Amino acid sequence: MTPLRGLWAVILLTATAAFAAEIPRAERRSGYDFMSRETRAMQDDDTANPAMLWVLEGEALWRRQVGAAGRACADCHGDARTTMKGVAARHPAFDAARGRPVTLEQRINGCRAERQQAPPLAYESRELLALTAYVARQSRGLPIDVTIDARTQPFVDAGRATFYRRQGQLNLACSQCHDDNWGRQLAGNAIPQAHPTGYPIYRLEWQGVGSLERRLRGCLVGIRAEPYEFGAADLVDLELYLMSRAAGMKMDAPAIRP
Amino acid sequence: MAEHPSRREFLRVAGGVAAGLGLGAVITVTPARATPAAMQEAIRKVVGASKVSPGRVKLEMPPLSENGNTVPLTVSVESPMTAADYVKAIHVFTELNPQPDVVSFRLGPRAGRARVATRIRLATTQTVVAVSELSDGSFWSDTVAVVVTLAACLEDA
Amino acid sequence: MAGALINVPERAKRGEIVEIKTLISHPMETGYRRNQSGARVERDIIRLFVATYNGTEIFRAELHPAITANPFIVFSTVATESGTLTFKWTGDNAFSVTESASITVD
Repeated sequence: MTPLRGLWAVILLTATAAFAAEIPRAERRSGYDFMSRETRAMQDDDTANPAMLWVLEGEALWRRQVGAAGRACADCHGDARTTMKGVAARHPAFDAARGRPVTLEQRINGCRAERQQAPPLAYESRELLALTAYVARQSRGLPIDVTIDARTQPFVDAGRATFYRRQGQLNLACSQCHDDNWGRQLAGNAIPQAHPTGYPIYRLEWQGVGSLERRLRGCLVGIRAEPYEFGAADLVDLELYLMSRAAGMKMDAPAIRP
Repeated sequence: MAEHPSRREFLRVAGGVAAGLGLGAVITVTPARATPAAMQEAIRKVVGASKVSPGRVKLEMPPLSENGNTVPLTVSVESPMTAADYVKAIHVFTELNPQPDVVSFRLGPRAGRARVATRIRLATTQTVVAVSELSDGSFWSDTVAVVVTLAACLEDA
Repeated sequence: MAGALINVPERAKRGEIVEIKTLISHPMETGYRRNQSGARVERDIIRLFVATYNGTEIFRAELHPAITANPFIVFSTVATESGTLTFKWTGDNAFSVTESASITVD
């Protein structure tokens, strides 16, 4: 407890000073690099990575016919290993019908509604996590490549504003930990730079797979802020900003994190 | 993290902020814990009156675990693993988890090699002991101290 | 989640020691956690894992709540003959999962 209070005090003091500065591109490091050798070994071995249980389930769900339309993802998208390559690396992506960016989860539920005539899968449900883990797995090793153009720029800017805005009872901005104090210890774990290269992740703390939104909501609870609802614009814009901040970094989904 | 009721209960019962930062009113919760004596008793149940000698067993665990929920563990025992001379069992115990028994592996000459691995939960920084029973009835052990850290931002789920 | 993930080499030479890795989906609820209203969440764990090779038991593990969720167990066996390896997990609340894998031994 005491070291935690001490560190918060240091952060609050130093943060009143200058602007938070973005991490220079060359200094960007994945959360993977901050983990112990044992945890990295767990992630690297597909026969030992518990997230693979969700990937395998996702593979089965991909082929299952659902909804009034009686269609499987495979019926339109064929073999995910080819057709889903790079898809997770490009999300959140602009959806013309909605006039704003959507996450992979929202895209999947959009397909379910429009093409399968099936009800949406609940956020953090076993099925939605399995499908996103399976799709994200197909982007492993590929660089993050979200599109930043005239259409998405306003949403990236909104996400960036959230990242730099002080929030919650602890009055902390994401940048204060993840730009200014990455690498330092916070209650026994290294603070990562917050690049979403590995989502959905198997988090040791959760003993299960969870989405980036779950992690962001967890961080918000941690700084004693009201967490945005799953799928809220604030959260999606923040995700888009985080992915743009990590542009070019290699995806390692589904990753393991402490 | 299952076996850390004190910290979890701080956050739930006290409504979060104060307890999480150690400020304001603190509600004391007695955590469920075994004791080193309970671990010795659990080992005694397995070995009976036999002596347990340190050696021949190698317990590998990270000295510092990132999260007590999932701590990798490997145990290997020097043994030719022949029909005449083999490892019968490997037992793992902890000192300060709510209960001392963790797992018992039953092997035999068909294993070829006495080496097993799994992942365990550790409620707090503590000592882990592996005890191996050989076919000749002898018991051997190894001990490792593991420092356990917590996740910084516990969520309400 | 998919029930289980087994890793057994497809082929081995007679007498070779093969490493087997198993991973199964299970929360391994310890029985020590409390829910939002303070009530204990009941224990729900896998208690036993048994591996057989062409019907003969080659390995067994007795699990307690200290085994992490989604239990991961690695062990080895000598490749004696071609055939089937069977893995069975049983536990609280009538939990029972059986998986098999074939091995060809030259």
